[in-house]
Amino acid sequence: MGDTAAGLLQLLALLVALGVVWRPLGDWMARVYTAEGHWRGERLIYRLTGVDPDSDQRAGTYAVAVLAFSLLGIVLLYLVQRLQGVLGFDQGHGAVDPGVAFNTAISFVTNTNWQSYVPETTMGAVTQMIGLTVQNFVSAAVGMAVAVALVRGFVRSRAGGRIGNAWVDIVRGCTRILLPISVVVALVLLALGVVMSLHAGADVVGVDGRASTIALAPAASQEAIKELGTNGGGVFNANSAHPFENPNGATNWIEIFALLVIPVALTRTFGRMVGNQRQGVALLGVMATLWGAMLAIIWVAEAHASGPAAVAAGANLEGKEARFGVPSSALFANSTTATSTGAVNSMHDSYSAFGGGGTILNMLFSEMTPGGVGTGLYSILVVAIIAVFLAGLMVGRTPEYLGKKLGRREVTCAVVVVLAMPAVVLLGTGLAIALPSTGDALGNSGPHGLSEVLYAFASAANNNGSAFAGLTVTGPFFQTALGVAMLLGRFLPIVAVLALAGLLARQPRVPPSAGTLATDKPLFSVLVVGTIVLVAAITFLPALALSPIAEGLS
Amino acid sequence: MTVHPETLRPVGHGTERPPDHQEHVHAERAGRVGAGAFRPAQLLESLPEALRKLDPRVQVRNPVMFVVWVGSVVVTVSAIVSPSVFAWLIAIWLWFTVVFANLAEAVAEGRGRAQADALRRTRTDTTARRLTGDDSSGPLEEVPATTLRLDDRVVVEAGQTIPGDGEVVEGIATVDESAITGESAPVVRESGGDFSSVTGGTTVLSDRIVVRITAKPGESFVDRMIALVEGAQRQKTPNEIALTILLAALTIVFLLAVVTLQPMAIYSGGPQSLVVLVALLVCLIPTTIGALLSTIGIAGMDRLVQRNVLATSGRAVEAAGDVSTLLLDKTGTITYGNRRATALHPLHGVDTGELARQARLSSLADTTPEGRSVVTLCAELHGLPDEASADEAVAEFVPFSATTRMSGIDLDGESVRKGATSSVLAWVRGHGDDESARAQVEAIAQEISERGGTPLLVARRGADGPARAAGLVELSDVVKPGIAERFAELRTMGIRTVMITGDNPVTARAIAEQSGVDDVLAEATPEDKLALIRREQSGGRLVAMTGDGTNDAPALAQADVGVAMNSGTAAAKEAGNMVDLDSDPTKLIGVVEIGKQMLVTRGALTTFSVANDLAKYFAILPAMFLVIFPQLAALNVMHLATPESAILSAVVFNALVIVALIPLALRGVRFRPMGSDAMLRRNLLVYGLGGVVVPFVGIYLIDLVVRFIPGIG
Repeated sequence: MGDTAAGLLQLLALLVALGVVWRPLGDWMARVYTAEGHWRGERLIYRLTGVDPDSDQRAGTYAVAVLAFSLLGIVLLYLVQRLQGVLGFDQGHGAVDPGVAFNTAISFVTNTNWQSYVPETTMGAVTQMIGLTVQNFVSAAVGMAVAVALVRGFVRSRAGGRIGNAWVDIVRGCTRILLPISVVVALVLLALGVVMSLHAGADVVGVDGRASTIALAPAASQEAIKELGTNGGGVFNANSAHPFENPNGATNWIEIFALLVIPVALTRTFGRMVGNQRQGVALLGVMATLWGAMLAIIWVAEAHASGPAAVAAGANLEGKEARFGVPSSALFANSTTATSTGAVNSMHDSYSAFGGGGTILNMLFSEMTPGGVGTGLYSILVVAIIAVFLAGLMVGRTPEYLGKKLGRREVTCAVVVVLAMPAVVLLGTGLAIALPSTGDALGNSGPHGLSEVLYAFASAANNNGSAFAGLTVTGPFFQTALGVAMLLGRFLPIVAVLALAGLLARQPRVPPSAGTLATDKPLFSVLVVGTIVLVAAITFLPALALSPIAEGLS
Repeated sequence: MTVHPETLRPVGHGTERPPDHQEHVHAERAGRVGAGAFRPAQLLESLPEALRKLDPRVQVRNPVMFVVWVGSVVVTVSAIVSPSVFAWLIAIWLWFTVVFANLAEAVAEGRGRAQADALRRTRTDTTARRLTGDDSSGPLEEVPATTLRLDDRVVVEAGQTIPGDGEVVEGIATVDESAITGESAPVVRESGGDFSSVTGGTTVLSDRIVVRITAKPGESFVDRMIALVEGAQRQKTPNEIALTILLAALTIVFLLAVVTLQPMAIYSGGPQSLVVLVALLVCLIPTTIGALLSTIGIAGMDRLVQRNVLATSGRAVEAAGDVSTLLLDKTGTITYGNRRATALHPLHGVDTGELARQARLSSLADTTPEGRSVVTLCAELHGLPDEASADEAVAEFVPFSATTRMSGIDLDGESVRKGATSSVLAWVRGHGDDESARAQVEAIAQEISERGGTPLLVARRGADGPARAAGLVELSDVVKPGIAERFAELRTMGIRTVMITGDNPVTARAIAEQSGVDDVLAEATPEDKLALIRREQSGGRLVAMTGDGTNDAPALAQADVGVAMNSGTAAAKEAGNMVDLDSDPTKLIGVVEIGKQMLVTRGALTTFSVANDLAKYFAILPAMFLVIFPQLAALNVMHLATPESAILSAVVFNALVIVALIPLALRGVRFRPMGSDAMLRRNLLVYGLGGVVVPFVGIYLIDLVVRFIPGIG
């Protein structure tokens, strides 16, 4: 079987599997966030933390809870890293450098999982397990909580701005969704050969006769939540290109499936919660269209790369694992950049201009095709609001989405969400490229060097976390600037989304009529696709023209 | 002067002029205010005003155009410091962009001012004759109308102009309101009841009335309308504010994109000049919609005024587009005001022709519209003369009275009566006892009632014989032609119609079926109306209604769009947010369409404006970076001659497209009632796809010209 045929089969299997799981998982998640009762274990958590799980919070309270929880997470994660030498089980790594600890604490709490360090020589088992893994769960749960809060804003009528309970949403996201599924995925990965070990490493003697140590880690359990929570932070530096994290085609396929499944199924959850399945399908259509289109671009660009080495190999295989080849690498690269996961099974820096440009563009679409867990849903809902506002007037009514009027305040919130990412990316890239010190940090010169910087800020501001590599980001400027980019890219939209949710929950729900803009039909999906592409294009075309476009056309 | 009843136009409920006459009035009005179609000369006339608006204090109110203004200043300074043909041309065209935007607004305001002037002419410097004491026949003092205060009482007699808005507290008079409404037939205004309100500037034709002034000087109806159409008090509507925020946000994004482009350009080895960066910025920000946004709002109000509807705020016009429930009075809106004879039902053994003869005879002296309609029906169906002949004219007429509830004629010993079935049956019984027909009469009457009609019994008594019932005349509400189609159109637009009537539910349902309304509120009291509006609103729907009586005022105030009839009371006009000068309740539908059209125009031009950016990028980006990345020539799909010509062409296009779209902004995009899907598809195709394609063509064509300018091509 040829490479392409195998790739197409994988793709088909992936689509079928997602289609099968979409409905039960989506319905389950809708029940998780609407059920009245609490599990016994959850009650214990609420009692221990002193939370009243039955209080219905206003948007402001909800936002404070999310921000406080995240801030606490950053502080704790920073302390764990700095103190890992004292806490023990550090495999001899000692305290993490302050710059790295700062950047990493933000990175994991914001669900970015950008790694400016080499895990196997920096993070001990304690940091990995009680620090990074915990954040892998809770940062994903926070994303889902915010998305669900926004959906409640649409669902509730004259609810006085009450949008649920942040603590309950976060806890349930972990206990009822992320934990159970990641246990299953971890066991499957373990069975397929992913390493799970607390040993520091295995001593081996290489063919050249020199002794070396191969690092080991509790990878299988980490790997599951790394993909499922669209986190992406690997326990090994090589991430999913490492044979201990991702040993074969089967694990590769499962990892891709795991990172897509929750964002995709959340569209069903959304449709179910608003009481109209087709609303969710319309958004799923938007996600699928753009995901498919970008996959085609990256795949074709990688399969037909130019350059003597690539021509000799028949495809652009530089930076790709031979056991995956072009299709599995393209599929992984497209899915990881389209879901804000950031795990990689190949070096995106080595991609052709248009292939690498495709991964950048995925992020510049603002991570909603299908986007991160929760973040994808709330981002696409906000873009849907903008689309309704731009074109919805053309049906002769003031814009409304899902029965909620979009007035001055609602539009202001939506605009903040949509503006935050481009502002951070453009300002960050502009500032970085203007600094003389950046020249030394670049792995390449010319357009490709600009791509590296653009990629870094796009990845940070979108909480993706994948790296183009090539760019050296361990200097104080990048550690700080990217840390700030991750913070702003995460929490500016979250605050605005929650404010929006509160505003929507205050409104009555207008019943749809023949005169209202139908948002559950293909025409609306086309409109949203157009809006996403247009907004990304008009914002980033100048920057892209100087990087991947200039490089690709040469 | 005496009043001839037949020359009077009926007012209020039951008002209906033939449609052709109405159209005539509209045409006449459009001519009177002189603000019909857009004339290119208006651009030139408005130029001085457009230049006055270059004041930064005016510009700062519009964030998009303010950025262009600042950009123009920057480029002008830059062109002075390091002059070149290119820099100067860009500077000039950037200023043109600002001026064109001002021009659009100035033209719209100019049209409003023309209307205001027409209104102002009605407000002559009148002298008021104010009562000094409490006695309405007491001494009078002459004061200028402008000094009148609230609750002053003035006396107006035949030939005098009413000095201010008020209410007739004593007397009855005919009033010529043509100055306000354009309608030449006089109307009756009398104290008490729903027809007591008078408007300043109108003229009393007969009799003497005492008017209590209800508006402060400068705050009269006409004053407020003048201020509104002139745009002096124009406030941005909620949707306009929200759209402005979105446009400002887009402007910020582009500002960031352009500002951060410079360091990237320097890194790439091709730093850009200030002129080019400003040109790029101005081309990208949504100048088209930014320039035309306020124009669209002013023009929307303007279109209402052209239809003789005055809105008290732009917000009301916008709300009209969102209305999802229309409350329509049955009488005058759905049916002609008066019941008309529509059928004759002879009893067994009576010839239809004989019934027709009797029905006609009994109605000859009846000058009410119902009575006339019986004569007309007999003339149409049986060829009977529709005027009384000479010998018929000498007959003795028995007029209708509230006690007898019937009317008729006594001629050559023959008596014919027509009236309510019970009354006429009683008359028959009293003149010869013929109870045999009673059952049949009641059966037919019942049928007629079920159809929503009113039965009238006709009976005849010969010279000496007993009286006999001949048959029944069916009076029914006649649904206006075409109204069912209008309601179907409204349904496709997602608007529910509810018919309001004082009729009983049976009658109401019959009319509802004929006219195709969605729902009926029968035996409606003002409280019922208010409750219905609240119920609809609690479900999130916006409600529009018309009304004219004081008891309509609470409902008018509660409704999101309340159109008061100009013939109505001051209270009703105060409560509503629009006034229809023609007092034509059918116009409510048109008001909704104007509201929708205004919103569609806004959306269409926003989409067009944003979609334009794609082509502008294709023109400007290759031009900027061709020197450092020759491969970017592949993006120059329009084959523009030189980088300078490409950038200049984009800037020129950006400016000219504003002028090209001014007529569209004033007129509004073509609006046809259709479902939202069809409308969205059509408008997306025209303004979305059109917005992508048009600039490619436009910039290409402009480049063909500017490439011949020395220093550019």
